[in-house]
Amino acid sequence: MDHIEMQRDDVGAKLGMWVFIFTEILLFGGLFLVYAVMRHRYSADFHQGSLQLNTFIGALNTVVLLISSMTVAMSITAVQKKDNRKATILLCITLLCAAIFLVDKYFEWGHKISIMLYPGTDLMQSLKHGYILFFSLYFFMTGLHMLHLVIGAVILVVALTKVRMGLINNEHYVLLENGGLYWHLVDLIWIFLFPLLYLVT
Amino acid sequence: MTGNTHLHEEPSYLIDTGKRKGIMAWLTTTDHKRIGLLYLWSIMVFFIVGGILGEIMRTELFKPGQQFYGPQTYNAIFTLHGLIMIFLIVIPGLTVVFGNFVMPIMIGANDVAFPRLNLFAWYLYILGAAVVVISQFTGNGPPDTGWTFYAPYSTQTHTNVIAAVSGAFILGFSSILTGINFIVTIHRLRAPGMSFFKMPLLPWAVYATAWIQILATPVIGITLLMIIAERVFHIGFFDPALGGDPVLYQHLFWIYSHPAVYIMILPAMGVVTEIIPTFCQKQIYGYKAIAISSLAIAGVGYFVWGHHMFTSGMSKEAIWTFSLLTFLVAVPSAIKVFNWVATMYKGSIDLKPPLLYAIAFIFLFSIGGLTGLVQGALATDIQVHDTSFVVAHFHYIIFGGVGFAFLGAIHYWYPKMFGRMYNFRVANIAWCFLFIGFNLLYFPQFIIGLEGMPRRYFDYLPQFTWAQQISTIGGYILGIGFIILMVNLFRKNGEKAPANPWGGTTFEWQLPSPPPMENFATPPTVPDKPYDYD
Repeated sequence: MDHIEMQRDDVGAKLGMWVFIFTEILLFGGLFLVYAVMRHRYSADFHQGSLQLNTFIGALNTVVLLISSMTVAMSITAVQKKDNRKATILLCITLLCAAIFLVDKYFEWGHKISIMLYPGTDLMQSLKHGYILFFSLYFFMTGLHMLHLVIGAVILVVALTKVRMGLINNEHYVLLENGGLYWHLVDLIWIFLFPLLYLVT
Repeated sequence: MTGNTHLHEEPSYLIDTGKRKGIMAWLTTTDHKRIGLLYLWSIMVFFIVGGILGEIMRTELFKPGQQFYGPQTYNAIFTLHGLIMIFLIVIPGLTVVFGNFVMPIMIGANDVAFPRLNLFAWYLYILGAAVVVISQFTGNGPPDTGWTFYAPYSTQTHTNVIAAVSGAFILGFSSILTGINFIVTIHRLRAPGMSFFKMPLLPWAVYATAWIQILATPVIGITLLMIIAERVFHIGFFDPALGGDPVLYQHLFWIYSHPAVYIMILPAMGVVTEIIPTFCQKQIYGYKAIAISSLAIAGVGYFVWGHHMFTSGMSKEAIWTFSLLTFLVAVPSAIKVFNWVATMYKGSIDLKPPLLYAIAFIFLFSIGGLTGLVQGALATDIQVHDTSFVVAHFHYIIFGGVGFAFLGAIHYWYPKMFGRMYNFRVANIAWCFLFIGFNLLYFPQFIIGLEGMPRRYFDYLPQFTWAQQISTIGGYILGIGFIILMVNLFRKNGEKAPANPWGGTTFEWQLPSPPPMENFATPPTVPDKPYDYD
């Protein structure tokens, strides 16, 4: 590097992460706006559409994500208390929760795709407008959320490796903290998606 | 050893001191000054392309009917002209070049908060630009939607919209990263003792801009993703045949793209605010009013997007609200204009090239701003909507405002960037060509716009020929002005620049020209007022 090393600034790094989280919320904000408009216009169809979703899987995934958010927060505390072994276990639980979420989603999406209920199929085209838009929104919103979940999991895998190597320790843990913040964002967005899509009946 | 000689022994940032030399040293640099120049060179290349496209359009419009190429080609050319000029030049433009080069120095910092992220944002910018360029040569022909990608046409046309939209998405991501970087930089890296109200006004403008970048850009990001999904999966959000709503697209698009206008103009205002006190050797009039009006523009500007859609179908209440807010956002802009003029009043004015551009900015921006209110008013908007009046209006803002401010900034910081002066006489001649050419090019469009000349049309009625011909000639004069300007700046044979050629008071003038790689060996002492000429 041909440049002087900057001084370490953990507060600055966290501020940057918070600002980035604002942008993520606004990214989903655009979708929530579309949702609001369409639900206002086709409220009866949205009601019928959400009855087609599996509330049990949705609720299970909510619980799974809440637990994962808790464990990631606990792992930061563990690192602060110089207990990297505990932090490793807690991060592994978090990643396990992410995997459970994805498996649930696989079954949920797989079922809908197997009965041709996804955007672009002939079955979709034959449905009422409100249904088409509901399921389009369902796939778009949960799909984008899933993408964020995968990105968050990748960040946590990096953090996990560094925790094991001791590069993240009780003095340097801002990467883990930022990864945790991002993970809470993934959780938070799901907390909004779940009632909007599954419980609006 | 005195402090002064010590400064001169430090090698300048233009000299490679690290392991890598030459082009590799530049492509891997994390120095904010070098990244600023990387952006400058890339933007210059794109500007030449976009400018030539503009001249090709003007040449076709010299006479009614087809001259050189057909309407489909014309549609593709104005789309690419808009894409390049908006997404590649004026939206990033001043922020990435001068926000990078001078903003950290002005606040007394050695770099931005995240130097590697800064370089990464430049690579994203280049990647986005490459994807936009690729969209022209792949798929079923270049996009013909205009830079606005209005649905449902953009979801139905067979041209290569997906690639162009993806390019815009990547550029937006780059813009967000730059915004985050600058916000954190200004919060965390100000020199000890520099409170917000002791900051110079360009950092203030960059700060307000950065907030718009991060609060508005995600919305266009998701909207562009929806366009892609609409084309690939037929999700139907904007397709009436599936129950969607094209007007919803327009809302989402302008929720970003109107604030984007302030992303362009705020740093331009910041530059003018720096130039005027220096060349009048007088303290800026109304420092706090200018600083706060930057934030006010950013804040109110977020809620005026609906004025692009008065004719698209909105409720009366919505139209009134958006019209009222549009008039409101003009107030802080006017405050700035008054403050600039008041600063010049009784100043010892030194009419050097940067000040010429700043004065041109005030003049052209005022015309652009006031004609904007013609469109913010409901009744007149119906008359001028989608006419060349609109084209003239936004070129007065974007080119007459942002463009002239950019040229002013180049002439102002050129000695600092490259350590050499340029020829003032030639620079003044170039300015004359640009100023005259610009007005000849765009003013007639106001007149024929009022008479009903539609925008984006390949052909026109014979009665508009006189104005179109003046415009085309003006376009050529403008082009000549640019050639003179570039030749003058590229000769690099001027005398060596002193540290402070203009007698400015902000920190960058305390460093040698060009500055050393590490800006400040010790943090600079912060004066009570950033523009103290007493």
